[in-house]
Amino acid sequence: MTKREWNLSWNRRTKVALLAGIATLYLVGIFIWGLCLDPALYGVNYSEKLIAPCTEHWFGTDFMGRDMFYRCIKGLSNSLIVGVLAAGVSSILALVLGITAAIFGGWIDKFVNVCVDLCMGLPHLVLLILISFMLGKGTRGVTIAVALTHWPGLTRIVRAEVMQVRSAQYVQAAYKMGKTKVQVAVTHIMPHVLPSYLIGLILLFPHAIMHEASITFLGFGLPKEMPAIGVILSEAMNHIAMGKWWLALFPGMMLLIAVLLFDVIGEQLKKLWNPTSGNE
Amino acid sequence: MQLKAENVCFRYNEKTPWILKDVSLTIEEGERVAIVGPSGYGKSTLARLLAGYKRPSSGSILLDEKHLPMQGYNPVQMIYQHPELAVNPRWKMGQILNEAWHPDRELLIEMGIEESWMTRWPQELSGGELQRFCIARALGPETKYLICDEITTMLDVITQAQIWNLLLDVSKKRKLGLLVITHNIALANKVCTRVIDLPKINRIDRIK
Repeated sequence: MTKREWNLSWNRRTKVALLAGIATLYLVGIFIWGLCLDPALYGVNYSEKLIAPCTEHWFGTDFMGRDMFYRCIKGLSNSLIVGVLAAGVSSILALVLGITAAIFGGWIDKFVNVCVDLCMGLPHLVLLILISFMLGKGTRGVTIAVALTHWPGLTRIVRAEVMQVRSAQYVQAAYKMGKTKVQVAVTHIMPHVLPSYLIGLILLFPHAIMHEASITFLGFGLPKEMPAIGVILSEAMNHIAMGKWWLALFPGMMLLIAVLLFDVIGEQLKKLWNPTSGNE
Repeated sequence: MQLKAENVCFRYNEKTPWILKDVSLTIEEGERVAIVGPSGYGKSTLARLLAGYKRPSSGSILLDEKHLPMQGYNPVQMIYQHPELAVNPRWKMGQILNEAWHPDRELLIEMGIEESWMTRWPQELSGGELQRFCIARALGPETKYLICDEITTMLDVITQAQIWNLLLDVSKKRKLGLLVITHNIALANKVCTRVIDLPKINRIDRIK
């Protein structure tokens, strides 16, 4: 290979990695910033009610005089915690169920499939509201509800991946080359399932955050006093007709950016891990 | 050492018709046997039974008067018709080649495997190039029999000749038994010492 070609391929690969890196940095930054934020920064201040965006309050203030910029950061950080927890639990559930179904087959497989179908058959939001309401709303209710409703899609993917690779010729051949079941699972099956699993896990975050925001918006989620994007947006609904556009625009955009960035990370990692595009 | 099929019968389940019935054959040490027959007459099924990928419904496959080992390295290795399915698409070629043993440089040169291919992924090589890896991978020191299920059907004539010359060479040098499944009668006559017509030894009643 000539030097020029080498440079070109290096650039493309690096660009992809860089994009994923920047997106991760942004999200982790917001997460940590929100955790360390001084509550006084978004505290109530009735002398500064409903100020439009200015240099002092970038995103303006709401009807209680709270600074919207800091509330957004704190809210997004809270949403991220719920998202990470829920996506983590959901994906582990999916991994265990998917692999068990594919390896044991028979009635276990049927049972898992029926569970998946049941969960997918119900409208997602209804299920979320039911579980959250049953658990008494609040952070706990929302997190558990989001965690318990996001596994079916990923379970199907994991199950299909394991089934596909289990009967592959190279797996059969590996057994005849004297490899044990554990060796085959670690060297052949795991690398096959892992990329789709990890990408599935990353793409679960935006789902989880969106659903957290939407059930909070509908009033079945996080408590009113807690800064969260869903709470902010539902409060903004009361003021948007009065021309207070900044109350909804900026928090909505922050949520959208966070969700899109998770998508970017997932897509870029998919490109890096996929053998058909990994060497491009 | 002998690879023996004794009255082997096979069908996928009780409801499907027999594919093989009372098939018996013996391959001596270092013998090269060809199996010919029309499509759908169970040649590949027989190959899989002989290599231990499937168990016969009745009858037995014996290597040295013993059943084939279910665990550990199988002395009867099989090479597939489609090499692109027989390698893990997520492994690099070097890893694929060294899965069972470490072929020496001489063999790789004879096979026409280039050093620069080792860091590539399988879909960056052609079918013929992949097939060379599959063959080299199966030629480990413990291999006593090699079952070749139409292994050169998709290759160009020059590569075919190269691969068969090499396999003949290895077979003679190491007394490796070969079972060649092919539609190509000329190839069967050229490579093998004995040609078996599968429909003649397979005792199933076919609808004529």
